[in-house]
Amino acid sequence: MRRAAIACLWSHWARHPLQLVTLLAGLALATGLWSAVQAINAEARTSYAEASAQLGVGQFDELRAASGPIPLARYVALRRAGWQLAALLEGQLRLPGGSVDVMGVDLLSYPALPAVEETSQEDGIAPTDALLAPGLLIAGPETAERLESQPGLPPVRRTQNLPSGVVLTDIGTAEMLLNRRAEITRLLILPDQSAGLTPLADLAPDLMLVRAEGRSELARLTDSFHLNLTAFGLLSFAVGLFIVHGMVGLSFEQRRGMIRTLRALGLPLRDLTWLMLGELLLFALIGGLIGLVLGYGVAAALLPDVAATLRGLYGAPVDGDLALQPAWVALGLMMAVAGTFAASAQALWHLSRVPILQAQGQYAWTAQGLPARAQAGFGALLICAGFLALVVFDGLIAGFAMLGGLLMGAALLLPPILSLALRLGERFARGPLEEWIWADMRAQLPGLSLALMALLLALAANIGVGTMVSSFRLTFTGWLDQRLASELYVTARDEAQGHEIERWLNSRADAVLPIRATEVQVAGETVFLYGIIDHPTYRNNWPLIAELPEVWDVLAEGRGALINEQMARRMDLWPGDRVELLPGWSLPVAGVYSDYGNPTGQAITALPALLERVPDLPNTRFGIRIDPPEAEDLRTALADRFALPPQAVVPQAAIKASSLAIFEKTFVVTGALNILTLGVAGFAILTSLLTLWAHRLPQLAPVWALGVQRDTLARLEVLRSVALAVMTAVLALPLGLVLAWALLAIINVEAFGWRLPMHLFPLQWLVLLLLAVATAILAALLPARRLRHLPPSDLLQVFANAR
Amino acid sequence: MLLSVETVSKTYPGGRPVLDQVSLVLERGETLALTGESGSGKSTLLNLVGALDHFDSGEITVAGTPLSALNERGRAALRRESLALVFQQFNLIPSLNVEQNLAFHARLSDQSDTTWLSHLTDRLGLAPFLSRSPEQLSGGQQQRVAIGRALATRPALLLADEPTGNLDETASAAVLDLMLELVAETGCGLLLVTHSAAIAARLDRRAHLSGGHLA
Repeated sequence: MRRAAIACLWSHWARHPLQLVTLLAGLALATGLWSAVQAINAEARTSYAEASAQLGVGQFDELRAASGPIPLARYVALRRAGWQLAALLEGQLRLPGGSVDVMGVDLLSYPALPAVEETSQEDGIAPTDALLAPGLLIAGPETAERLESQPGLPPVRRTQNLPSGVVLTDIGTAEMLLNRRAEITRLLILPDQSAGLTPLADLAPDLMLVRAEGRSELARLTDSFHLNLTAFGLLSFAVGLFIVHGMVGLSFEQRRGMIRTLRALGLPLRDLTWLMLGELLLFALIGGLIGLVLGYGVAAALLPDVAATLRGLYGAPVDGDLALQPAWVALGLMMAVAGTFAASAQALWHLSRVPILQAQGQYAWTAQGLPARAQAGFGALLICAGFLALVVFDGLIAGFAMLGGLLMGAALLLPPILSLALRLGERFARGPLEEWIWADMRAQLPGLSLALMALLLALAANIGVGTMVSSFRLTFTGWLDQRLASELYVTARDEAQGHEIERWLNSRADAVLPIRATEVQVAGETVFLYGIIDHPTYRNNWPLIAELPEVWDVLAEGRGALINEQMARRMDLWPGDRVELLPGWSLPVAGVYSDYGNPTGQAITALPALLERVPDLPNTRFGIRIDPPEAEDLRTALADRFALPPQAVVPQAAIKASSLAIFEKTFVVTGALNILTLGVAGFAILTSLLTLWAHRLPQLAPVWALGVQRDTLARLEVLRSVALAVMTAVLALPLGLVLAWALLAIINVEAFGWRLPMHLFPLQWLVLLLLAVATAILAALLPARRLRHLPPSDLLQVFANAR
Repeated sequence: MLLSVETVSKTYPGGRPVLDQVSLVLERGETLALTGESGSGKSTLLNLVGALDHFDSGEITVAGTPLSALNERGRAALRRESLALVFQQFNLIPSLNVEQNLAFHARLSDQSDTTWLSHLTDRLGLAPFLSRSPEQLSGGQQQRVAIGRALATRPALLLADEPTGNLDETASAAVLDLMLELVAETGCGLLLVTHSAAIAARLDRRAHLSGGHLA
C-alpha cells in the first residue's frame, strides 16, 4: 500500500519538475548562505583557538604591570622566591607590507609551549637550538617567507603550527629584534607551584594578576563581527525558507485531490502524513547537501576578504584557506531539515486536519495564512516587541531583538499595506483594463506575498547596510583627514636614533610631534596611554565628540585626559568623570574623541605629566609638520641622513590610502552577502510567478477571449511584477533607514564601540530601486514570454478543462 | 449574412481531422443550435468562429470580415467589438466583482451604455449581487453574469458553448429562457453548442456535427 502511495505522491513531482527544482533551489539557497557564514565563522574561530593553543594564550593565570613592561629584575626576584613563571616579551616588528607580532618566550623555563613542542617533533629542532647565536625564528610559511626576505634577521624555521603574522622566538632574540632590553610584557604563572610560597600579592603588589579565561581576547573582540555575519546568514536563510514555504504549500494544495483519493481508497491519514514527512526529509537532505556545496564555494570565495578584514580590524590571524569540518556539514544539514519542517509546518497541519471531502480550491493554498487584519496586528505587535526589547535588554541582544522584531513585523505588515494601496489604486483606475490590473494584482497578492516579503527584507537590508557603510565611509574619510594631520610619520630604529632624528628635524620641520605611548591597565582592560605636546595640530584637528570647556588648555596643563570613544562607552566615562590611568594617578576626562578601526582603549595626556610618571617612555615615533610641497624632499633627506628603510618614513597620503583600503576590505563581505540576498529574493519572485502560472491561465484566458491580445497580457504581467516590486521598494526605504539607524546607533556601538552619524544617500536608493525593477522584470520575463508565445489551443484548454 | 462558414477544415497536430469541409450560414437575428457527440468538433467550430483558434483551410466570415485576413490584433478587435462568448464554466474574472464583470467587455470595446447595462442587470436579476465577487454566487447566478457581460456589448453574434451544461434543470431552463429573450431583444445572432435535443429544439435551426461533418 505504502509503495503505491509513494509512487502516487512522487508522480506529482514527475509532472511538475520545475516545482521540485524550485523547492530544492530554495532549500539549497537557504542552507548555502547560512552555511557559508557558518563556515567562515568556524574557520576564523578555529584560527583563534589554534593561535591561542599554540601560544598558550588564555590558558594560564598571568601577571602584568599596571603600566609599561615588567623589569627583568622583578622576574628574577620572583623566580628566586620559588615561583615557577614563564616570561614573555611581545611586540611588533615592522616589515615591508605590514608588521608581524613577535612573541619571545623563555624556552628554558617553559619548553612545553605547544607550538615549540610540535615544531621540535616535526623538524627535529631542540628548543635549546633557538638559544644559541644567532637565535632562531619560528613562523608560519607565509610569515617565514616575509622574514627570509629581510636581511640581518636570525634564521627562520617554517612550521604549520603557527598562525599567519606571528613569529615565535626565544626571549633573548625578541629583545634584540624589538630593541627592548631587559623587558618583559607578562609573566605566565605555571601550574604545579610548590607549597608554602610567599603570596604574589606580597612579593609583587605592583603587578596585576589576570585570571585565565580559557579563551583569547581575540575571540572576545571578534565576537560582534561574527554575530553580524551570523545575522546576515540568518536573514538569507529566512529568505530562502520563504521559497520553501511557498513551494510546499503549493504542492500540498495541488495534491489535495490526490490526497482525497488516496484517503478515500483506504490510506490512513496518519500514514499519509508520515509519508509526506518522509518526502520532506528527503528533499531537505538533498537540498541541504546542494546548499552545503554552494555554501562551501561561497565561503571559500569570501574567506580571504574576511581574513583581511579581521586582520585589519582586530589584528586577528585567520588563514585564507577553508577546511571542511564535519560539525559544519552536520549543522548545515540540521538547519536544512529544521528549516524545511518549520516552513512546512502550516501545510502539514492543514493536511492533518483537512476533511476528506473538501474540494480543491483554486486559491485555498494562498489563503492558508492569517487573515489580513490578524496578520497586520501580529506584525505591529512584533515591531512593538522589538522596540520594547531595546528598553528591557542591553547590548547586542537588544539590538538584534529590535532588528528581528522590526524586520519580521514589517514583512508581515507588507501584504495588508500593499492590499490597501492596490485598493486605493483601483479607485483611481480610468479604464476597464486598468481596473482589472489593480484588482488582479490584489487577487494575486496572497500568492506573491512571501516573495514580496523576501524582497522587502533584502531591499531593507541593502538600504540599511548600504547607508551604514556609506555613512561610515564618509565619516571615516573626514576622520582620517583630522587624525592624520602630520605630513610625514617617522619611526626610528631605537631610542638613540629617535633623539638624533628629533634634534635634526627641529631645525628643518615646522613642528615635530612625538608619538609616545605606554600600555596601562584601566579597570582591568589594556589601554594605550599617549603623551602629546601642546600644538595647534591637535587643537585644530583632533576629532572630539564630547569635551569640557577649554579642553586643550586643561590637557596641556596636565589637569585632564582625553579618551577614545570605545573606552568612553565601554567604561561609561564621559567629560567630567575621573579615570585612573596609573595607580595613584587619576585625571578628569576632559574630552572624548572618535577612533575608528581601533579595538582597544586609548587615552591621551600631556607629555610632561606622563613623563613624570613613566620616565622611560619610548621615543621612537614622530609626526612631522611641514609645508606639504616640501614633504617629499624632507622625506628623502631624512631617509638618506639616517639610512632609514622606506617603511620608516611614511607620507600621510600612504597611510590614508592603506587605511581606506583596509576599510573597503572590511565591507566586501557584507556587500557580497547583500547582493546574494537580493538575488535570492529575485529568485523567490521568479519561482512564485512560475508556480502561480497554473492558476494564472484561468484568469487570463477569459480576458484574452474578450479581445485583449496575448502581447498586451504579457506586457501587463511584467508591469504587474514591476509595480509590486516598486511598491515594495518604496516601503523598504523607511524600513531600511530604521535598520541603518539601528546599525549605526546600537549595533555598531555594541560591536565596535563607536557611534557614527547617519548620512542619507538618495542616489543609492535610486540604484536600488532600479535593481528591484530589474529583478522584477527578470523574474516576470520568463512567464511573460511563455504567455506571449502560448498557442491559443493552450488558452482554449482553460475553457475545455471546464467540461 | 452575419456568419458564413465555407468548407472549413481543422486538424490538430498528430490527429485525424476534427472538422472536414464544414459549411454553414447564419443570418442576423437567427439562432442556430450546433449538436453532436462528444469529440464531434462542436466546440472546435465555435472556437474557430469566435476567432480564438485558426482553421487550416476554407474561410469564415463574421459580420462581413473574413477571419483568414486578420492578424492577432484584428482577431482580438473582432472579439472585442462584434463577438461575445458564453462558456459552460462561466469564466468570469475572479478578481473583479459582479458589477465590474458585467461592464468589463463593454468598457473594453468602448461600447459602454449604462442604461442598457442597468436594464440587463435588472432583467438578469443581478442587482442585489453587484458588489459580490463571482465565487460568492451560485452557478446559475454566475452564468447570468456571463450572459450579461456578453450581451452588454450588443454583439452582432453571440457564441455559447454548453451555457447550461453546469446547471441543474430548473436553473438551466431559467438561464436559457433569459438568454433567448435577451438575444431576441438585441437582435444578435446566436450559435449555441449543446448536447441537449430539448434545448436545440427551442432555437430557430439545428445543425448536427458527426465525425467532423455537418449532417
